[in-house]
Amino acid sequence: MKDIWVFVEQDSGVFEESSLEVLTKAREIADARGYRVTGVLLGRDVRRIAGSLGWYGAHRVIAVEHPILESYLSEPYTNIIGGLIEERDPDYFLASATRNGRDLAGRLAVRFRTGLQAHVINLDIAEDGSLIGHVPGFGGNIVAVVRNVKGRPQMATVALGVFRPKKLWGEAEVEVVEAKIDPLEPKVRRVEVVRKGYVDLSKSKRVVVGGMGTGGDLTLVRELARIIKADVGVSRPLSDIGVAPKDIYIGSTGVSLNADLAVIVGVSGAPHFVSGIRNVKTVISINKDPEAPIVEYSDYFAVGDLFEILPRLIEKLRGEAG
Amino acid sequence: MSLRNIIVTLKVTPKPEEIRFDPVTKTIDRSKATNEINPADKNALEMALQLRDRYGGRVIVVSMGPPFWEPFLKLAVAMGADDAVLISDRALAGSDTLPTSLTLARAIQKIGDYDIILAGEESSDGGTGQVPPGIAEWLGIPHVTYVTSIDIIETGKARVKRTIKGGYEILEVDMPFLASIELGCNTPRFPDFRRKRWAEREFKLKVWSTADLGLNPEEVGFKGSATTVDTLVELKPPERLKRIITGAPEEVAEELARIIRELLR
Repeated sequence: MKDIWVFVEQDSGVFEESSLEVLTKAREIADARGYRVTGVLLGRDVRRIAGSLGWYGAHRVIAVEHPILESYLSEPYTNIIGGLIEERDPDYFLASATRNGRDLAGRLAVRFRTGLQAHVINLDIAEDGSLIGHVPGFGGNIVAVVRNVKGRPQMATVALGVFRPKKLWGEAEVEVVEAKIDPLEPKVRRVEVVRKGYVDLSKSKRVVVGGMGTGGDLTLVRELARIIKADVGVSRPLSDIGVAPKDIYIGSTGVSLNADLAVIVGVSGAPHFVSGIRNVKTVISINKDPEAPIVEYSDYFAVGDLFEILPRLIEKLRGEAG
Repeated sequence: MSLRNIIVTLKVTPKPEEIRFDPVTKTIDRSKATNEINPADKNALEMALQLRDRYGGRVIVVSMGPPFWEPFLKLAVAMGADDAVLISDRALAGSDTLPTSLTLARAIQKIGDYDIILAGEESSDGGTGQVPPGIAEWLGIPHVTYVTSIDIIETGKARVKRTIKGGYEILEVDMPFLASIELGCNTPRFPDFRRKRWAEREFKLKVWSTADLGLNPEEVGFKGSATTVDTLVELKPPERLKRIITGAPEEVAEELARIIRELLR
């Protein structure tokens, strides 16, 4: 039976949500083809949570435990997973396209001289067994239909927030494997971790998004968000200039929204941005340029200066959020 | 303590918003798009120049692409790079990330004597981010991705800051190592005018072929790739109402408030 491996990322015992999205998608493909889904889970103390991955689609889980594996670290993760692939020879290997997922997959693909598709937004396995993915490129409005033609396992990283995790199945069978850590001094060592909090915008119901039109001042964006109980997102340039964290920019290489409502202010609508708002139910945008491309991607497009419109809008909505 | 070579991989990309897609021939028209040094690679180059200014060494840029990329490599030299290598060979056309990382790794080995390899976190066209860890694997050296700063703490050891979900981590890594550099983590310098003139008129960059790198044609290009593109499709925008609201700010705000109230209900 063909085996689809899914790298399940965790940090201090908490699953990375997008890994569960990949598990569910893998299970749907596996069910259609009669394949098996194996979750690969590395961490400090993960055997007690490993079985629960079955609910999201894993038939079985290989759990590897060691204190050094508590959070992702490229060297031991690559070596342990590489060793398991070497030994068990899976047909497919999928990971979520998080920073860590790309870091791991990019290195493993070369180790096994195999094909790796990047941040696919759709995924399937053809009759002949080749992995077919839809890879967005050139800013996200052009999609390449890509096929793996060489190497085992066939690999892909999967874009975040594109598939929904479903809790449909049952506990998975768990195999605990002893970690083989190279006894030599590791070449990369973690010194310190600093976390400032994180909002997963792909799960937000309402989002207010600020772009370069704000001039980098998100005060009004934040105030509107507070009033309508929404989260705050940005377009990539604002993250790139350091106004907002990298975790909250919307677009093909950032977050894909699945919100009911997105209010988008001062964003012109470059291709890589609008690919991140495809799945939003209602898009309202405000832009002073009546020709801004964002109009094509909006349900309601207000023309005007956001610094004049937003304060008035905020006043009118104050105290009315549901 | 002085660093040995600091090698920067660099690519030239068309501005994504200027690329057109022809739905009939299913091809991408880059001819009207402005080309530029891939923005994240420029940050990698700036990081390399800062490291050289602090710790010594030579900054060498290496790129795999067509001959028309030469002026962009000269621009990198004008910014301060000490040398530049262009790997240019028709056999490389169609390379996916596997042969691309192999080719760059071979060139880095040929340059040799390196302590640090820097690459942009990803390109603005392909955007896979796979090539940097791939190069490190071919070279058999450690890598760290999404790096925003590098300090050398003692001979052969660096301390790097890596962006993680919701924050950052500090890692210590042994040299030689590869780091992929986060877009926008520094402000790339402008080229010095006199150096720019020198780079354009007198500087001779090295041009290497696959044969110079000991690569056989089966290993690179379409033949050496492990993925293939079946077809290209343009994503149609989802159906939207596209209702345009104009008027004085007060009227626009009133109408938006009405719509939002309705949606929040």
